[in-house]
Amino acid sequence: MTKYAHKNKGKPLFSRRFKSNLKAYLVLGIIAIFLGVPFYWMIATALRSPDAVLKLPPSWIPNPITFENFPKVFQEIPFARFIGNSFYLVFWNVIGQIFSTTCIAYGFSRFRFPGRKALFLVLLMTLMIPNTITLVPQFIMFARMGLINSYLPLILPAFTGSPYLIFLMRQYMMTIPLELDEAATLDGANRFQILVHVIMPLMVPALVLVTVFTFVEVWNDFLRPLVFLNDPSKFTVSIGLAFFQGTRFTAWEMLMAGSIMAMLPPAILFLITQKRLMGGIAMTAVKG
Amino acid sequence: MISEGKDVSTPILKEKAVVKKVRSSSQYQTPRRRREAITGFLFILPWILGFLFFYAGPAILSLFMGFTKWNIVGTPRWIGLQNYIEIFTIDPNFWNSVKVTLQYAVIYIPMMTILSILTAVALNSKVKGIGIFRTLFYLPSIAPSIAAALVFMWILQPNFGLLNVLLSFIGIQGPNWFKDPRFAMWGIVMIAMWRLGASAVIYLAGLQNISTHLYDAADVDGANGIQKFFNVTLPMLSPILFFQIIVELIGVFQTFTSVYVVSQSGGYAGPIKELYFYMLYVYVKGWQNLQMGYASALSWILTIFILIITIFVFRSSPYWVYYESEKK
Repeated sequence: MTKYAHKNKGKPLFSRRFKSNLKAYLVLGIIAIFLGVPFYWMIATALRSPDAVLKLPPSWIPNPITFENFPKVFQEIPFARFIGNSFYLVFWNVIGQIFSTTCIAYGFSRFRFPGRKALFLVLLMTLMIPNTITLVPQFIMFARMGLINSYLPLILPAFTGSPYLIFLMRQYMMTIPLELDEAATLDGANRFQILVHVIMPLMVPALVLVTVFTFVEVWNDFLRPLVFLNDPSKFTVSIGLAFFQGTRFTAWEMLMAGSIMAMLPPAILFLITQKRLMGGIAMTAVKG
Repeated sequence: MISEGKDVSTPILKEKAVVKKVRSSSQYQTPRRRREAITGFLFILPWILGFLFFYAGPAILSLFMGFTKWNIVGTPRWIGLQNYIEIFTIDPNFWNSVKVTLQYAVIYIPMMTILSILTAVALNSKVKGIGIFRTLFYLPSIAPSIAAALVFMWILQPNFGLLNVLLSFIGIQGPNWFKDPRFAMWGIVMIAMWRLGASAVIYLAGLQNISTHLYDAADVDGANGIQKFFNVTLPMLSPILFFQIIVELIGVFQTFTSVYVVSQSGGYAGPIKELYFYMLYVYVKGWQNLQMGYASALSWILTIFILIITIFVFRSSPYWVYYESEKK
């Protein structure tokens, strides 16, 4: 309604565009405060001395700023070991997922075989099954095989492909024109060579997604390592921190320092790949 | 007109079907075709093995275990339906955990849906620096859930926590969040809401897919912003809304890390009743009380429950989900 009023008055003090921008910044700013304050408080606490943490009222900016809490985490708990364990698990899971999802997506998108559609439907149905539901039975199975307190229960499933990542890879592979396969066949390439030399190079964006999703999921996983590992020397960062919190529950400055360090690897990976990641999330959301 | 079209197309369709049938019976007869089928099978073999060993096999195993008493070390003892009878008739913790989880779903899902759509609408505005906001909003979803739980435990700490300190400035005595039956659930909701960026980004993708023609048409009809939101944006977003609600529902029943971490703090033995979520109960039964048979039965009940709810949401979808490409 004010749309045409401005035209009569000549130039308005604030343009309509400016006003709508202001409104957008206001809403974005409020959300940013609510989501940003926990981050800020995490950092601000980690940079305080233990007495400053329990001082009332707390200052918004830590004074003096100290970095001693970070090395202290490594002294109090075997944090370096936890980080190493987490990276070990991430490494094998990424290898497993890349290998398995590529092969499986290739099978589903490039071959005709009886029951292909039905099998893919089953795969989509397993997407709906919460992981935690299979936890008790998987535990029973691995316990019978004597694999509790080893990393195998946390690595083996990756080599069979996560349904979500298979779906993502297959959707992506479907966008690669079949003509490329046919041309390679005419040049005498076999199916495996086509996969390695023709398809894989074009799948790099999807493989980046698989890597990031797997990294974040394995790094952040809590329940599975908690269930399958008993020996503290085998703990990952996530359960290591919880273990620490269970014993030294008042050392908030150290818990926050540990949390920041636990957050750093996935956060850095996210910041590097975020453009591709957002595109990938959009693709699976809209098409799925 | 539609029936006319049908009459014309049916014979052609039939012919096609016949051709297809003839082809499918001979499809895997030629050596080349058979080789292709075998190679294809080999490529998807890892998934088939995974399905058998990590989904179907364990599911059948746990169905069997649900009828036994088993404490991990000994041999399972067959006790028939006793676990299920105990769960449904005399186990107060079971009904409590169902109640708590459903209560949480009723609070969390509408809140998450509304706030993440609002965030997505804000992120869809074309202002400078929008990328920075998007990154910041998504960042909590990348943080390990243990880190999220710890930060909120600290912020909600009764004496020195930031929130209660801020509340004391305006003269409100803040509660002992995670130990207070009236507020514990809200603490868990806060931890979960911190991750609204993940779902906002998905709604944002949906918003960016809506054709501007629809808004232009609404402008011509003289619709205001709110009318446009409810008559254009929301219907166009409903397929994603539908998908997201199912994902959130499944997620709700898996809520574990935050309640586990929060309730084991400070040497506190076990969670307060209000935080005894379903998954936590399964964990306590299986791994603390070592009653694997009982935990298997609980898992199966959860599976069937989620199945029923998912079917219900699917069945209700024709009434509120709008698909653009759907023939009416």
